[in-house]
Amino acid sequence: MAEKKQFEKGKMVPVPSVSIIPERDLDKTPILECNHLGIDFGGLTAVNEFNITVGRTEIAGLIGPNGAGKTTVFNLLTKVYHPTRGTILLDGLDTHGKTPAQINRMGIARTFQNIRLFNNLSVEDNVKIGLHNQEKYSMFSGILRLPKYWRQEKAAHERALELLSIFDMQDLADHQAGSLPYGAQRRLEIVRALATNPSLLLLDEPAAGMNPSETAELMENIVKIRDTFQIAIMLIEHDMSLVMGICEGICVLNFGQIIAKGTAEEIQSNPTVIEAYLGKQQ
Amino acid sequence: MKNLKTTTKVDFATYLGVTLAFIVVMLCQQFGLLSRSLTGMLVPICAYIVMAVSLNLTVGILGELSLGHAGFMSVGAFSGVIASQSLQSAIPTAPLRLAVAILVGAAFAAIAGTIVGVPVLRLRGDYLAIVTLAFGEIIKDLINCLLVGYDSKGLHMAFNLDGSLTINDIGMAPDGMAIIKGAQGATGTATIASFPAGFILIMITLVIVLNLVRSRSGRAIMALRDNRIAAESVGINVTKYKMMAFVTSAALAGAAGALYGLNYSSLAASKFAFDTSILVLVYVVLGGLGNMWGSIIAAVVLYVLPEALREFADFRMLVYAIVLILVMLATNNDQVKALAGRIIPRRKGGAKNG
Repeated sequence: MAEKKQFEKGKMVPVPSVSIIPERDLDKTPILECNHLGIDFGGLTAVNEFNITVGRTEIAGLIGPNGAGKTTVFNLLTKVYHPTRGTILLDGLDTHGKTPAQINRMGIARTFQNIRLFNNLSVEDNVKIGLHNQEKYSMFSGILRLPKYWRQEKAAHERALELLSIFDMQDLADHQAGSLPYGAQRRLEIVRALATNPSLLLLDEPAAGMNPSETAELMENIVKIRDTFQIAIMLIEHDMSLVMGICEGICVLNFGQIIAKGTAEEIQSNPTVIEAYLGKQQ
Repeated sequence: MKNLKTTTKVDFATYLGVTLAFIVVMLCQQFGLLSRSLTGMLVPICAYIVMAVSLNLTVGILGELSLGHAGFMSVGAFSGVIASQSLQSAIPTAPLRLAVAILVGAAFAAIAGTIVGVPVLRLRGDYLAIVTLAFGEIIKDLINCLLVGYDSKGLHMAFNLDGSLTINDIGMAPDGMAIIKGAQGATGTATIASFPAGFILIMITLVIVLNLVRSRSGRAIMALRDNRIAAESVGINVTKYKMMAFVTSAALAGAAGALYGLNYSSLAASKFAFDTSILVLVYVVLGGLGNMWGSIIAAVVLYVLPEALREFADFRMLVYAIVLILVMLATNNDQVKALAGRIIPRRKGGAKNG
C-alpha cells in the first residue's frame, strides 16, 4: 500500500482526466477508459455522463448510496446491458457491440453482488470453467481423450489448485460449490474470475456478509492479487474501511452521476459526498 | 485428484455394468433361458437406452427440456432404413451396412438438430420444449406422406402431399424396390439389427456422453445449466455449447433410431409420436437428471415392465403408473438415498456436505 502515498493531492479536475491513476501507471495506456457513458431504461436515466479512467495496476473503488447505479456500471462494462451513449475502451480497444463472453475474453472478469456459482459442480470444476478459454483442445480430443486432453487437463488441474491456494481453499477442491459457507463462496467467485486471466477484475461487494476479521483478510488478499497478477481491480463496496483502506482512486456515484473522484482523503472531506450520504446540513 | 477419481470410478462402473449385463444376457440366450418375447425386446431396449442417455445430455446436462426426441429418432430410423435398403448390393455384409446406416441416421438427425437448434437455442426460456414438440409432430406428418423407392438408377423420392400419389407414381423402374410407402411406413426392410450391435452402440454412446461431460466442453455445458449469466461472464459462448450438446444428443437419437428401424421389417412413422418422446423423458427423469447409469437402468426396467405386467390385463397401465409413483417416492427417500450412497460413490465429491 506504499503506492497510495505517491498520489498527488487536491486534483479534483473535471472529467475525463487521468488524475486518479496512480503515478506508476501513468506512462502506460489506461486499462479502462469510459467516455460519456450512459444508459436509459425507458424514460429513466440510470447512468449518465460516466467518465472514468483506470490505470494498469490500480485498485479503484466505486461507491455511492443504494440505487446510485453502481452495479449498472458493472453491467455496462461487461455488456450485460448495452450502453445508450458513450464509449468504453478496454486497453485502447472499443468494446462496442461485444457480448459478455467476448468482453471476458478481452480481459474483464467480474463477480456478482448476489453470488452466482455453478452450485452443482465441485469447487475445482468451478475454477476449471474459469480456465475454459485457456484450455484449447476441441470437443473431439475431449471425447476421444487424445494426449492433448490429458496434458491440458493436468495443467488445468494444477492451475486450479494454484489459484485456489490464493485463498487457502485447495483443500475444498472436491466440495460441491453450493455447499460452501457464504464467505468461501464469495472467495471462490473471485478465484473463478481470476482464472479467466483478466486484466481488469470487477468485484461487486466482495465483503458483503463478511465479519470484520474476514474483511481485513480480504483486503490483504485483494492487494496481494493486484501485486501477484499485476492487474487492475475495480470494486463496489459499502464497507468504508475496505474502500478507504485499499482503493487508490475512488469514484462516488449518486443518481447515476459521478459526484466526486479522488483519493480516500479527498472523498472523505468532500462536502458533496457527505451530503449524498448523510443529507444536507440544516 | 480425489474428485477426478470418484467420477472416473462411476464412469468405469457404468461401462463395466453394461458389459457384464451384455455377457449375462448373451449367455442366457445361448442356454435358451430367455423367453421369445424378451429376445425380441433386446434390440429395442438397446435403442431406448441410447435414447435415454442421449436425452439425458439435453435435459440433465444442458438443462433444456426437449419434448421431440422421438422426432430425431424417427429421422434416424427412416434415413437409416433408406441407406441400408439402397446399399444392399453395394455393401452385402450386414454388420457393415448396419454401421453405415447408423452413421447416416446419426448424420441426418444431427442436421435436423441443427435446423431446430440454430434459431431456438438463441432464445431464453422454455421455447426449446415448444419447438421440439412441434418438430416431433411435423416430422411424423412429413414421413407419413413420404414415398421412397430404389431401382438401378438410384433413389426416387416424392412427397404425397395431396394424397393423389402412390408408390407407383415416383418413376421407379419395374424392378425397383419400395422402401417407404407413405403412411404405411417402411416395409420389407431387411432386419439386420442385432443385439451385439446394440451393445456396441450403447458403449459408443456412453463413451461419447461421459467423456464429453468430463471435458472442457462438458464443463461449459454444465456451467450454462447451473448459471447462464455467470457462464457468460467467464467467457463461455452460450449458443455454441448449447448447440454442441443439443446436436450431439440429436445425432445419438438418430443412431438409436437407425438401430431400431432396422430391427423391424415394417415400421410406421406413428411409432415415433409424442408419447414415445414422453416415454424417454420418463426414463431420464426417473433415472435421475444427469445420471447416465440411472437412465440405463430406468430404460431397461420401464421397457420390460409393461410386458411383465401383462397378467394384470386391463389394469396393466394402472399398475405401471403406480410402480412409477412408488419408484419416485423410493428414490427421493433420504434413507434409500443414504443406503445407495454407501454402495455407489456419489457423482460429485462433496455431496455429503450439503
